[in-house]
Amino acid sequence: MVKDLVEFRNLETHFHTTAGTVKAVDNVSFTIREGETLCVVGESGCGKSVTAMSLMQLIESPPGKIVGGEILFEGRDLLKLSKRDMSKIRGNEISMIFQEPMSSLNPVLTIGHQISEPLMLHMLLDRKAAKKRAIELITLVGISRPDKIFDSYPHELSGGMRQRIMIAIALSCDPKLLIADEPTTALDVTIQAQILDLMRDIKQKLNTSIMLITHDLGVVAEMADYVVVMYAGKVIEEAPVLELFQDPQHPYTKGLLKAKPIINQKQERLYSIPGQVPNPIDLEDNCHFHDRCEFCMDICKVKQPPFRTHGKDNHKSACWLYEEEREVL
Amino acid sequence: MSADVMPITENKNTKKAKAVDTPWKTAFRRFTRNKLAVIGFIMIVFMFILCFLGPVFSPHNLFDYSLKNKNLAPNSMYWLGTDKLGRDILLRMMLAGRISLLVGFVATFIAVMIGATLGALAGFYGKIIDTIIMRVADIFMALPLLPILIILGAVLSDLKVDPSSRIYYLMVIIGVLNWTTLARLVRGQILTLREQEFMQATEALGLKDGRKIFKHLLPNTIPVIIVTATLSVAGAILTESALSFLGVGVVPPTPSWGNMISAANNLIDFRKRPWLWIPPGMCILITSVAINLIGDGLRDALDPKTKK
Amino acid sequence: MKEVLMQVDNLKKYFPITGGVFQRTVGNVKAVDDVSFRIHRGESLGLVGESGCGKSTIGRTILRLNEKTDGTVLFQGKDLYKLPKEELRRMRPKMQIVFQDPFSSLNPRIKVGQAIGEALYDHGVTDSKVVRERVLETMNICGLASYQYDRYPHEFSGGQRQRIGIARALIMNPEFIVADEPVSALDVSIQAQIINLLSDLQRDKQLTYLFISHDLSVVEHLCDRVGVMYLGSMVEMSSTEELFRNPLHPYTKALMSAIPVPDPTYKRDRVVLQGDIPSPANPPSGCKFHTRCPIASDICKQQAPEYRDVGNDHLVACHFV
Repeated sequence: MVKDLVEFRNLETHFHTTAGTVKAVDNVSFTIREGETLCVVGESGCGKSVTAMSLMQLIESPPGKIVGGEILFEGRDLLKLSKRDMSKIRGNEISMIFQEPMSSLNPVLTIGHQISEPLMLHMLLDRKAAKKRAIELITLVGISRPDKIFDSYPHELSGGMRQRIMIAIALSCDPKLLIADEPTTALDVTIQAQILDLMRDIKQKLNTSIMLITHDLGVVAEMADYVVVMYAGKVIEEAPVLELFQDPQHPYTKGLLKAKPIINQKQERLYSIPGQVPNPIDLEDNCHFHDRCEFCMDICKVKQPPFRTHGKDNHKSACWLYEEEREVL
Repeated sequence: MSADVMPITENKNTKKAKAVDTPWKTAFRRFTRNKLAVIGFIMIVFMFILCFLGPVFSPHNLFDYSLKNKNLAPNSMYWLGTDKLGRDILLRMMLAGRISLLVGFVATFIAVMIGATLGALAGFYGKIIDTIIMRVADIFMALPLLPILIILGAVLSDLKVDPSSRIYYLMVIIGVLNWTTLARLVRGQILTLREQEFMQATEALGLKDGRKIFKHLLPNTIPVIIVTATLSVAGAILTESALSFLGVGVVPPTPSWGNMISAANNLIDFRKRPWLWIPPGMCILITSVAINLIGDGLRDALDPKTKK
Repeated sequence: MKEVLMQVDNLKKYFPITGGVFQRTVGNVKAVDDVSFRIHRGESLGLVGESGCGKSTIGRTILRLNEKTDGTVLFQGKDLYKLPKEELRRMRPKMQIVFQDPFSSLNPRIKVGQAIGEALYDHGVTDSKVVRERVLETMNICGLASYQYDRYPHEFSGGQRQRIGIARALIMNPEFIVADEPVSALDVSIQAQIINLLSDLQRDKQLTYLFISHDLSVVEHLCDRVGVMYLGSMVEMSSTEELFRNPLHPYTKALMSAIPVPDPTYKRDRVVLQGDIPSPANPPSGCKFHTRCPIASDICKQQAPEYRDVGNDHLVACHFV
């Protein structure tokens, strides 16, 4: 039986701006299980990064604030922890890598320093042991000549190497969960392939759970065990990866899958979802996708569809199309 | 045309948020939200009203010499007292303010005109034009400003320039000596703007140089120009005061805050008659503090990076 | 035989690296190193490659937006680099560019309608009514509504800004458009809209495209021919169909297999390239790809392979083809 590692329950993170309230994360619930890779997919501004930042409690406040819900990590509600306990969990049990590795590394310190520092701080290793462990970690993330890299500075490394170093730092305290926020978006495809291979490899070796945030359905198909699709702050569909790609339910997910040109499958014309993502300020209580949806019905414009299981394998979605037989307006 | 190229239908939410302002309105809103800047602005407006409208209501005359009323302490007739020739300090201070503010603003205007134009030319055309303009700027910057001004002031005195037209020379001199900072800033801005893709687009569209400089580049440097110009108004007023204090700027009988303060040169006046030099001193202080507050407020309001 | 619209021969573009006290040139970044190709009227040529391979530099150098180091660029038979400044400016409307970044490619202080239409004034249209009409017409074609004429760029989303950029390029009735990664900065659902817009425009206006992208799947969808670049050199070029059916260069193969396919059941024999892209300031000797190539041998280190036609208009630079 696979245990639940993280459970989001009705999480609400809002941003208060002069123009109005942005419900960046609006009543979001899903679960990350142990040893599983969960992918959160969605377009920019859909709230996928904010969800991860809420988990880390790194929301900048003001303007942001977690206004409701629970985030259970191994049964404990992270939102109720003190700042101190939270910062212990951060880095020790949950760590995070970002899209742009350069801005997460300090340019004036050597790579070795930056890897061994958290080791000495959290694991209370002495300098020598920390160096030994750091070199192990650098080797683990697939860098040859670890001694040389240990003494170099961030600017001497390429983007792919820096992202490997970020992963090494993230893994330094054997976290149970690794959050990767668009880790390969800034990288070239051949380097992206290397990093994805590395992450798969690490998951197998260390049995770390991964929460992978991405906009690229190709990456999802390669990496995910389980997929959560977000749109305008809400989870609109979640399913195991095979199920989601073979039988997508929500029109948005279907549209996304059709809109991407696939190599060696040339079509005359791309399917495209018309319109654009709604302005996130003060959204109404309806299906946020209704004005772009080709199946839009009257009820979609006035009422939010419930998010529940339709079909097999715990495949959940929020769409009125699947509600017809259950509820008559 | 197919469905996805049709004009985008917007939902109600996007429409509502479309009431977004122009860049200028946003800046104005940010400025008014900055309390200190608004206080500075009110202070400046007050100074202007005082200096330009105040004298109209004064019962006194600038040339009311009356030796029997000399060196009076503030009283109901002379609110701020009189000087050693029996002239009303309040009236002189207000008239001096006209001169000081005028010198400050006109000198800055001259500096901005020269600085922005030369900076834009240097930044846009680069190469030899850039080298010439910026080396000239280096020379100007290497000159010690105050000694030069004192020498030029002395030259003006030597040429027996009429005291009333002397202030115009002074404005031009201060302005001409102050263009370099702005030229450098504008040039730097234009160098970065030139690398932006929208400038490459203007090149690809085959726009004429004039349109590129005046429609695309300079409008984007206006925030820098406004902030620098505001702050340099205060600098120009202070320079004028310093020169007049030293007797080489605005010379009596034309009053200026600087030459009024020079009363403090006299030990007895300094100790016994503070009404002679404290009011003009306060005016200089208030004006330059107010202008600096406005400048800081403008900097925050016009800087797109600070989001509030 | 189709008419050649743009002919590029032995194009080189080096960016000097300066160093030392006197800012002397101590080396060159060879962004584009001896590249030749032709673009025929009405076709769209794709250029793919990873960052630093020089594909964007080519796009700009063939429009003379930056100066070349060597080589010739003929547009409609005229050598762009021999034209005097004013004549070049008059030629500009015929060849346009659409940029990658929809944010930095629009001047934040200029209203959209003006940004689209201003070029008309500098090319002989003086009547502001005519300009307004043409702007509105072009905005309509590009999927922008007329009430957006007086808006500032910051009020638009990335996809709409890209439409504005396309409208700006389109208003001069160009024959040739360089599209420099026009969809890379956009979300998937918006990408498809812009790709469809570009292909509709090509069909309706008989445009010729040079389409630059790092995304092979987009290029496959949109282009008739594709060139693959690595470190400033063209390593392979052929018709899209031929290239995707029968990629010959090991780099092309690796690039294709590296693209994640949105199908979890898809199994492939992946060629994962080892190592990083070398710096274009100091490219490897011989074949530039030999440091990462799975089939490299001694000859690759010493001798640069010839870029040659292996039949069927399929050009490739590799010793083992």
